[in-house]
Amino acid sequence: MTQILKKSEFYIGLAVLLFGIVLSIMEPQFLTLSNWFDLLRNNTFLGILALGELVILVSGGIDVSFTATATVAQYIMGIVLTKFIGNIFLAFLIPGIVGVSLGAFNAVIIYLTGVPAVVITIATLNLYYGLFQFLSGGEWIYNLPESFRNMAQTNILTIPQEGGWPVSLSILVLFWLGAIVVTWFILNRTTVGRKLYAMGDNQEAAKRAGFSIFKLTLFSYSYMGFLAGIAGVMQAAQTQVIQPNAIVGRELDVLAAVIIGGASVFGGRGSVLGTVLGVILLAIVRNGLVLLGVSSYWHSVATGLIILIVVVLTALQRRRRKAQST
Amino acid sequence: MNTKQLISKRIENIDSNVVVLFAIFIAVFIIMAFLSGGNLLQISTLQAIGFQLPFLGLLAIAQMGPMLTGGIDLSIISISNLAGIVAAKVLVDMSGGPVILIAIVGALLTALAAGAINATAIAYMGSSPIITTLGSMIFLEGVTLVVTKGNIISGFPKAFLAIGNGAVFWIPIPLLIFLLVAVVFGVIIEKTPFGISTYMVGSNETATQYSGIDTKKVLFRTYMTSGFIAGISSLVMIARFNTAQSGTGFSYLLLTVLLCVLGGVSPNGGAGKVIGLVIAVFILQVVSSGFNLIGLSSFLAKSLWGVILIGAIFLNKYLTGEAYG
Repeated sequence: MTQILKKSEFYIGLAVLLFGIVLSIMEPQFLTLSNWFDLLRNNTFLGILALGELVILVSGGIDVSFTATATVAQYIMGIVLTKFIGNIFLAFLIPGIVGVSLGAFNAVIIYLTGVPAVVITIATLNLYYGLFQFLSGGEWIYNLPESFRNMAQTNILTIPQEGGWPVSLSILVLFWLGAIVVTWFILNRTTVGRKLYAMGDNQEAAKRAGFSIFKLTLFSYSYMGFLAGIAGVMQAAQTQVIQPNAIVGRELDVLAAVIIGGASVFGGRGSVLGTVLGVILLAIVRNGLVLLGVSSYWHSVATGLIILIVVVLTALQRRRRKAQST
Repeated sequence: MNTKQLISKRIENIDSNVVVLFAIFIAVFIIMAFLSGGNLLQISTLQAIGFQLPFLGLLAIAQMGPMLTGGIDLSIISISNLAGIVAAKVLVDMSGGPVILIAIVGALLTALAAGAINATAIAYMGSSPIITTLGSMIFLEGVTLVVTKGNIISGFPKAFLAIGNGAVFWIPIPLLIFLLVAVVFGVIIEKTPFGISTYMVGSNETATQYSGIDTKKVLFRTYMTSGFIAGISSLVMIARFNTAQSGTGFSYLLLTVLLCVLGGVSPNGGAGKVIGLVIAVFILQVVSSGFNLIGLSSFLAKSLWGVILIGAIFLNKYLTGEAYG
């Protein structure tokens, strides 16, 4: 029991539950299936990106370039689908490959220079996005093929409602679930995952233990790139239009969700459960404010306050742990 | 000691990085002047550069202190926006009295109060700078939205607009403000005990603490200073465009980090000179103004900026045989 009380996931879960209960009492609309199905679908994109950032934070790095990666990946997919072949498998293959390539490039530069990842990924964010905007001319892609639209509108679950429209769960949520399972498996059930935690905790020790820092760095940034590519597909599927400036600028939102979920920017800490809860906490707070009719101007105030509270709590927790150990 | 020795000693004292940067600036300036068919050399163009650069330049100086300590401040743009909106509110809503003075003081006090959030959490609670300032960035931006309800505030007194648009002997006032802040900040950070302890915290916080320096106080002052300079940038910004609104200038945020690194500030903290940063700001502005004159996409300039930074990091690594820090 005391073990559970020490886990940050416990507190985030508690916060989610508390907010949930308060919101359901104040606004019955909150606890309906249709609201939750929408909420899950609308946060699939952020949820997938957050899992990638989690893996990077665990390994002791940080990435802010993934929004550019997702944009480039979805745009190249859009061009291929509209101008060449409207094959639905290509819609996933191409962004995956583009994402892995751009992620791997980040990893190589970070490893070779030894400069903090935040600086390198700010540079590659500018590089990828600037070059992309220049080449694409900022043009939108509208006429995505029928097969892509059909995929996006598929529902995996439809529940009839008495005296109303049936409620359905979008297939997109399945991709988030898939990413959750795969990321959990990598971090908890493979040696690569254990090595990533070890490297994030103490890179020097990991090096002396004989781990290849390069391979691990390459893996974490490529995996982030891959998920960014898939998240790009999700975003395009949801809006049915590819807009060059839709994604870039949201990198810090994703980072915020992962941090709220208990991951540490010092590396070596963080879990899939915490990250998912972090995304959901931010999502229900925003959703709740909308349902309660609070002006959207307050959204950022609420989000910022949550982050600051988490910052203070983790700092106090660390101090207490330090005091106990000495 | 003869003159020759003195000269060689003087040269040794100048940071090699600053020399390289200055050479890059000259090269970029000549190339852009040539490619733009001499348009870059016109007084009006140079003046425009002098009006455009100070806002970004001041924000970059605000970013420098935290980076010297090995930290980062993601909230400077939000602080600047909030301070600007407070000043704008005063200028538009108040009548009578020394309105301009109250607006300026109000903006600077707001910036200091916002900086105090970061400073307290980072210095006295030991929170990570990147997360703390991420939180305050989002929070303060939210406050600006709540205050303005997303509206633009505009229509300031003429005398106030001089801060952003006036000139003394063809030299833009905002440029003078930027250079003044750079000099004052440079003297404080490079010559005073507080400044030198800032560098020490950046190179080894634990060792600095054991040497008897109150590192918490140093960190506290660093983030307060950062907020204060962001406050100054807000005045230049709203006076230049005669408007204040939330959400302005966020594309500059990550650019300020790049400018610091290109200007020679070690990403790990502990090293870097203000003069290097100032030259880096000038390089950036000449490149983007040059691209504009030639008719090349500003996005291409943006990507070139990423390439220049990675190139500079590699160059530095292989010139010195080791990475930063």
